[in-house]
Amino acid sequence: MIKKRYILNFPPQSGDKAFTYHLVKEYDIRINILKAEVYPGKRGSLLLELHGKKENIEKGVEYIKSHKITCESLDKRIRWKEEKCIDCGNCTAVCFAGALNMNKKSWELEFDKSKCVVCELCIPACPLNLFEIDFR
Amino acid sequence: MKTVADFESLYFRLRASPSDLKNMSTTKSYEEINQKLKAGKAVVLTAEEVAEMAKEMSPEEIVEKVDVVTTATFGAMCSSGAIINFGHADPPIRMEKIRLNGVPCYEGLAAVDSYIGATACDPDNPEYGGAHVIQDLLEGKDVLLEAWAKGTDCYPRKHIKTKININTVNEFTLFNPRNAYQNYNVAVNTTSTIKHTYMGTLLPNLRNATYSTSGELSPLLNDPEFKTIGLGTRIFLGGTQGFVVWPGTQFHTTKPKNELGVPVTNAATIAVMGNLKEMSPEYIQAASYEKYGVSMFVGIGIPIPVLNADIAKRVSINNSQIETSVLDYGTVGTPKLGQVTYEELQSGTIKVKGKKIRTAPVASLKKARKIADELKKWLQNGEFEVTKPVQMFPSNTALNGLKETEVDND
Repeated sequence: MIKKRYILNFPPQSGDKAFTYHLVKEYDIRINILKAEVYPGKRGSLLLELHGKKENIEKGVEYIKSHKITCESLDKRIRWKEEKCIDCGNCTAVCFAGALNMNKKSWELEFDKSKCVVCELCIPACPLNLFEIDFR
Repeated sequence: MKTVADFESLYFRLRASPSDLKNMSTTKSYEEINQKLKAGKAVVLTAEEVAEMAKEMSPEEIVEKVDVVTTATFGAMCSSGAIINFGHADPPIRMEKIRLNGVPCYEGLAAVDSYIGATACDPDNPEYGGAHVIQDLLEGKDVLLEAWAKGTDCYPRKHIKTKININTVNEFTLFNPRNAYQNYNVAVNTTSTIKHTYMGTLLPNLRNATYSTSGELSPLLNDPEFKTIGLGTRIFLGGTQGFVVWPGTQFHTTKPKNELGVPVTNAATIAVMGNLKEMSPEYIQAASYEKYGVSMFVGIGIPIPVLNADIAKRVSINNSQIETSVLDYGTVGTPKLGQVTYEELQSGTIKVKGKKIRTAPVASLKKARKIADELKKWLQNGEFEVTKPVQMFPSNTALNGLKETEVDND
């Protein structure tokens, strides 16, 4: 069993399919909806955590993609310009999900992208503007 | 017959404890320490190392073993900026309005001198400010200089638009009127709305707390009474050698202190100066804070010569002995909610009003450590001397607020 987060982007005409039902029913995937933005007739974006057998999740992702919905692993949508980071800690102040933490020994910033819930608070909190998240 | 002086001398001899007597015998001069540094025989430790050492050694033992202690900080310091001399163009101009990449610079310094403040910005482009101009120049980038003037007999020109860079300007000098705060407050927010401050983003209902000082490594916390730091102290500034040139603005020496004499809130500061042409972008970093504005991270390291047991005791201080005040940045007047130690702050949670709050630093301890280590190397290699201040800083200073008086609206 694995747990992995994905960002799904829906084109305007795709809101009519109950695809979560199929993911649960046919692929035995547990779904946690962490963030959703739906603009009917325009677009929709979802952050999902999929929990299930690795091969089932792979099949489920293929199923989603076959319906013209983009489905990409969350870490591919997050950029942190680590080489420019000064380890000030400002981003850790706002990261209630616990994805951004200071290492208590080295005092270096550690970013565990798998814990990110795309609240996007780190983007303006970083005084060097080093975060980019492509959710929409 | 015994005189009063005899009795006094007897009294002081009886009163002196063995450690006082030893204390009197183990003193070192700046000259002795510098000779040891030159010979490569001095023992130099960082303030963190000496704090660890002090768990097993007395100040009297430390003064015998350690010669210099390095302290450091790398934080956003808003009261910073650079003096620039552009050089004269042909025909010359007496610059009366100056912009560098659109950022306003001070125009009241002769014809081609200027001062660009770190926090200056064009209100239409608030995320790029003076600190960014300084950083761009430091990184060797071209910066657009535009200046206007009325034109005079000796300076006939009325406008100039050209590119400058670190090599075309004559002087490029960092001059920061208020840096390296001796302690700083912890910021929290008791209100129900998010607050954007220079202490970072404060979540509502006490959901986070931010702090900025490097604790036991912080320069002015290791010399709380300015026994060694004063006018002319040679320091690490932005990757090169700089100097303490004056007490910093808002120099406050009478704020509340703990039993060790360490202020429990933001107190004294220093003004520093150094040659930006020799500095490194690794230790000078522009920053922009959401809904606040621009600031600049400055890397400062100060060597403290261990001249006697009293100074040894001061530099031995550790995070559990340094306290600071927790202030509510969400409420006007920033009321104090509590007091915590740096040990608690660095542990990741503090308790305020019975509530556990997650903490986050807003200054880089990693960089501060790097600076303390770098300065240690310079000292050990004999490339850097400790300086006896030309003049010590005043004590018993306090601050004025800005009182508003009635003004005629003619």
